Amino acid sequence: MDLSIGLFVFMLATFVGLEIIRKVSPLLHTPLMSLTNAISAISVVGAILITGAQGATMLSKILGFIAITAAVTNIVSGFLITDRMLKMFKRREEKK
Amino acid sequence: MAHLGSYLYIVSAALFILSLKWMNSPASARRGVFAGETGMLLAIVATVLANNIFNWQWILAAFFIGTAIGVPIAYIMPMTAVPQRTAMSHACGALAAALVGTAEFYRANQLHETLPAFVMVALVLETLLGYLTFTGSLMAMGKLQEVLPQRPITYRNQNTVNFVLFAIAAGLGVRLVLVPTDTWIFPIFAGLSLLFGVLMIIPIGGADMPTVIALLNSYAGLSACAMGFALGNNLLVVAGALDGSSGLILSIIMCKAMNRSFTNVLFGAFGQIQTSAVQAQQRPYRSASAEEASSILEAAGSVIIVPGYGLAVAQAQHKIRELYDSLMRRGVDVKFAIHPVAGRMPGHMNVLLAEADIPYDRLYEMDDINGEFGQCDVALVIGANDVTNPAARTDKSSPIFGMPILDVDKAHTVMVIKRSMNPGFAGIDNDLYYMDKTLMLFGDAKAFVTEIIKELPAKVEA
Repeated sequence: MDLSIGLFVFMLATFVGLEIIRKVSPLLHTPLMSLTNAISAISVVGAILITGAQGATMLSKILGFIAITAAVTNIVSGFLITDRMLKMFKRREEKK
Repeated sequence: MAHLGSYLYIVSAALFILSLKWMNSPASARRGVFAGETGMLLAIVATVLANNIFNWQWILAAFFIGTAIGVPIAYIMPMTAVPQRTAMSHACGALAAALVGTAEFYRANQLHETLPAFVMVALVLETLLGYLTFTGSLMAMGKLQEVLPQRPITYRNQNTVNFVLFAIAAGLGVRLVLVPTDTWIFPIFAGLSLLFGVLMIIPIGGADMPTVIALLNSYAGLSACAMGFALGNNLLVVAGALDGSSGLILSIIMCKAMNRSFTNVLFGAFGQIQTSAVQAQQRPYRSASAEEASSILEAAGSVIIVPGYGLAVAQAQHKIRELYDSLMRRGVDVKFAIHPVAGRMPGHMNVLLAEADIPYDRLYEMDDINGEFGQCDVALVIGANDVTNPAARTDKSSPIFGMPILDVDKAHTVMVIKRSMNPGFAGIDNDLYYMDKTLMLFGDAKAFVTEIIKELPAKVEA
């Protein structure tokens, strides 16, 4: 990868992130944090590449295995708990 | 196939951005979760399609175990424990990043592959941030779960020790960038990063946890981002940057809500200075029974309830809902005033009240409701302390001076449910309790609210 392109992407993504997150209602800051947590578990991609590389050493496989487990735990619990929390937010009209 | 993979990555990055964007309102937020899930699925599929992946038994086994751990966590975890779960999740995310960095470092070395300098810089940052966030988050989790003492643990020259340690770790990191073949340095570097994570969190007190959690969130994102640079993967850079900026914004909001700076939170050891503060002289205050409290509430036209973490500790959310319901039925206008640092992580109190089925359009942020206290008949403070202390506005010598507070003291009548007159976590006496219009309601929050509710229906029949 070209470093300058990477930095460019980083710069743009950071500004987009700052702008979007600023608009998130404080009401939802806790679900927001679990959601970003689940999204940052995108590191699972790196972990798959390390574990699944042809001729990966035993060390790579073991470290990769733990990394995938940790990341998948985050993905699964992160998305599910965010949804569980959001389901609880109701307006008055929707109340039984 | 490699091309298809990179196009799918672009779609996936767009979905992540949309996912966060839809979090701006509760109406679209669940769609945001769906977008995030789809983005994640696409990213995994794209990775598998675009690369020759071997060792499937390892990968699938890890997916299986991760799912088996993740599902129960998501469904069993009580909402009061969400801050701990979040800290654990920061730890898992950071660990994953650090281990991938470690594996990549050893892989390149074994193959005698010379990594470009910027890749080495990224690898070093990834592992440094990853390992320190891992242990730091575990410490934060221990404090939140109250396995570890909540008070700050301090010793002489703590900041110097931490700084020197960090400087050594950073120095070793630089050395690794310059001479990547020095593999013996790596374990020491990793060990120091792990140790620094522990030492960084122990001097931080329980009340500062919302800021720390947000900050660790940011670090975990940045280490994923560094992994993106190390592996040449733009999707990782985007997702990591989104997470990093989210954590940064949340920690800035938390710091502002406590009128503290980053450096003060990280190096200040708040709470430790005040624990030795001398008890103020006994001052007179008024107290009231549940019966009196309920008749005042019933007669009121408008009530603002100010919940704090004490409410969650007493598990009183559902009783508060009952009180809210019966007062609303009687035509009393009930609103909730939520201070940004109420609870143990950003937005925690909103989740706890939403769980008790209190409609979210009744939950008001500090800036939106502060103007209303002046016209409100009763402010009912439950389990909150420092965020209602008028000293933050007036008393320059108070440790919390300048902190934005809820203007509870402007209400016509103030009622405070509290166990005793003991000062709260920060050990600061609250002038609010000694005002003429303040009634202290002594007891456990849940038990007291239950009694107030019991007193209410009797009056309707009479």
